[in-house]
Amino acid sequence: MNQQTGVNFGASIKDAVIAGLLALIVFGPIVGVLLDGYDFSARPGDLATIVAVVMFGRFVISIFVQSDVGRKFLYRHAMKEDGVTVTAPDYKSKMYYILPIVIVIGLLVPFVATKYILTVVILGLIYVLLGLGLNIVVGLAGLLDLGFVGFYAIGAYGLALGYEYLGLGFWSMLPIAAVMAAIAGAILGFPVLRMHGDYLAIVTLGFGEIIRLVLTNWTEFTHGPNGVSAPLPTLFGLEFQRRSREGTPFHEFFGLPFDSAYKYMFVYLILFVVVLAVLYVKHRLTRMPIGRAWEALREDEIACRSLGLNHVLVKLSAFMLGASTGGIAGVFFATYQGFVNPSSFTFFESALILAIVVLGGMGSTLGVVIAAFVLTVMPEMLREFADYRVLMFGILMVVMMIWKPRGLVRVTRKGFATRKGAVK
Amino acid sequence: MSQENILEVENLVMHFGGIKALNDVTFNIKRGSVSALIGPNGAGKTTVFNCLTGFYKATGGSILLNAGNKQTSVVKVLGEKFKGSDFINPAAFAERVKYKMFGGSHLVNRAGLARTFQNIRLFKEMSVIENLLVAQHMSVQRSMISGILNTASFKNSEEAALRKAFYWLEVVHLTEFANRLAGELSYGQQRRLEIARSMCTNPEIICLDEPAAGLNPSETEALASMIRVLRDEHNTTVLLIEHDMGMVMNISDYIVVLDHGEVIAKGGPDDIKSNPKVIAAYLGAEEGEEVSL
Repeated sequence: MNQQTGVNFGASIKDAVIAGLLALIVFGPIVGVLLDGYDFSARPGDLATIVAVVMFGRFVISIFVQSDVGRKFLYRHAMKEDGVTVTAPDYKSKMYYILPIVIVIGLLVPFVATKYILTVVILGLIYVLLGLGLNIVVGLAGLLDLGFVGFYAIGAYGLALGYEYLGLGFWSMLPIAAVMAAIAGAILGFPVLRMHGDYLAIVTLGFGEIIRLVLTNWTEFTHGPNGVSAPLPTLFGLEFQRRSREGTPFHEFFGLPFDSAYKYMFVYLILFVVVLAVLYVKHRLTRMPIGRAWEALREDEIACRSLGLNHVLVKLSAFMLGASTGGIAGVFFATYQGFVNPSSFTFFESALILAIVVLGGMGSTLGVVIAAFVLTVMPEMLREFADYRVLMFGILMVVMMIWKPRGLVRVTRKGFATRKGAVK
Repeated sequence: MSQENILEVENLVMHFGGIKALNDVTFNIKRGSVSALIGPNGAGKTTVFNCLTGFYKATGGSILLNAGNKQTSVVKVLGEKFKGSDFINPAAFAERVKYKMFGGSHLVNRAGLARTFQNIRLFKEMSVIENLLVAQHMSVQRSMISGILNTASFKNSEEAALRKAFYWLEVVHLTEFANRLAGELSYGQQRRLEIARSMCTNPEIICLDEPAAGLNPSETEALASMIRVLRDEHNTTVLLIEHDMGMVMNISDYIVVLDHGEVIAKGGPDDIKSNPKVIAAYLGAEEGEEVSL
């Protein structure tokens, strides 16, 4: 590097002034003017503070990138190779050491965490499931699905309505909801999967909205916007309520004092096991013929057809497996909330799940897990800034697209040891 | 059904709107031969290929493929319009519905015809070896349960697929690149990988669309010997489109010349070299002028 080494303060001041002017334009109408009925009052003090903060921040960053440390930092990030890599055949993932630790910590969480933290973690895990499901469709098979929340709704309402009309509990609905969502995926998928890209996105978007509108308007069946209550899971028939209608409740059976946190602990533990199982299945799928076919389809559909792969069935299988994972997530959501109504299944949810997949890195399992926690736990931690949540969401996305356009975690592919070739 | 001809194309017609891309194209490809389809640019060579491999639905005519001990009609497996007689004959009706719903060019490949593309179509973000594993999709253990549980039968099937993939990598001299991404390979390597990938589907006839395009003379030479290996050691019939006349004349047993969507000449290399119609089509020359091939 042969650039000049000193720090050019004049340029930094110029940067700061430009940033300050931009901040004035952006925040002037938002912060500087406070509406009060039909009147308004100017708030120059607040505006000045924000502009000063922006200018100071820009000045510090400008100085930093001119320093040696800053230059190295920029250089490192500019050189970042973000593409896919193939691991060496004898490569051993660090996950073999990290995973057992995560499992132990995960199993300890319900016994040390407060009820509030537990509920937040449960929500995070539900989004991990949703992210993994959509990751099959978008990340692996490359089908842009904007209506994924529809399958989530089918799972959630499946539990609530199955309990109300058929008396089916959590344990029977868990597999049934997965099958129901998969069938819904197939019904949606078969006619539309001959479409590509944008057209598919629009149709799936419509599907998500249709499900929500049906749930809202078919009042005699779904109770419309009033919602339906959903049952809690039972431990071999033991219920987690204070009073049980039939049989003894959980706390009485074990002689414990009643605590409403027990049900969350139980939901958490089941969910944790299910997430681990789904992660394992997901991991296997990418190493199976079907997983390879999905990725091949994402890369080149015409080449796939020329190799004897039925592209419609391959797409359909991705759609169905993704949807069934979404259905399972829905069942957990319903049992955790104890109540479902259509307002939980808006387009914003679909966008959030898609953001999880994009943020984590298309096709990366680890990335989806991390992104799901970031995007669900962070808003909880930043409750005070709830008004700025969407703004922060946007900033996060912009920053990611600049520095990590391919997602948080780089996708790696398994390498194979060279062996003697032979034809049967 | 003729065992001598692996491919029988009769009166093939292909119209795009008002444009007649192919007009009554008729030719037969003998089993175990290396045949070439040549012609000036825009003559309809790739259109013939796309019809043969099921990427275009021919407007008229028939394409019969005699492979895998049965006869496949390429036009039929793509799904045809219903005919009046179908409503009387339930079996024919069911078959047509089946092909309409699940038919397509993948069935042509499963019947024993593989192809490569003029503009290379590899799975660029997958490794070289995975490209070959995808091609073996129909012959590996695809059961969901045995794959998730990683059973012995699944492992055996994967191992056999890997062995076959490495075999074909050896044939095309790409073994050392097995764990590279397909998109990182050089142009010539990508062309060879595409041929290896098509061969992994166990075809009886392989259609190569301009395999020598963009290759240097020594690579072209290597390609020609590779094509002979395909025919001699694997009993694969080869049909190729090519502009490199030196190579075409060198390796082909039979040549079909197309011009303006019509077959203007068929025969061995020597007949074609001296055919005045072919010379005229290529050079627009007066008859009698010498052409160096």
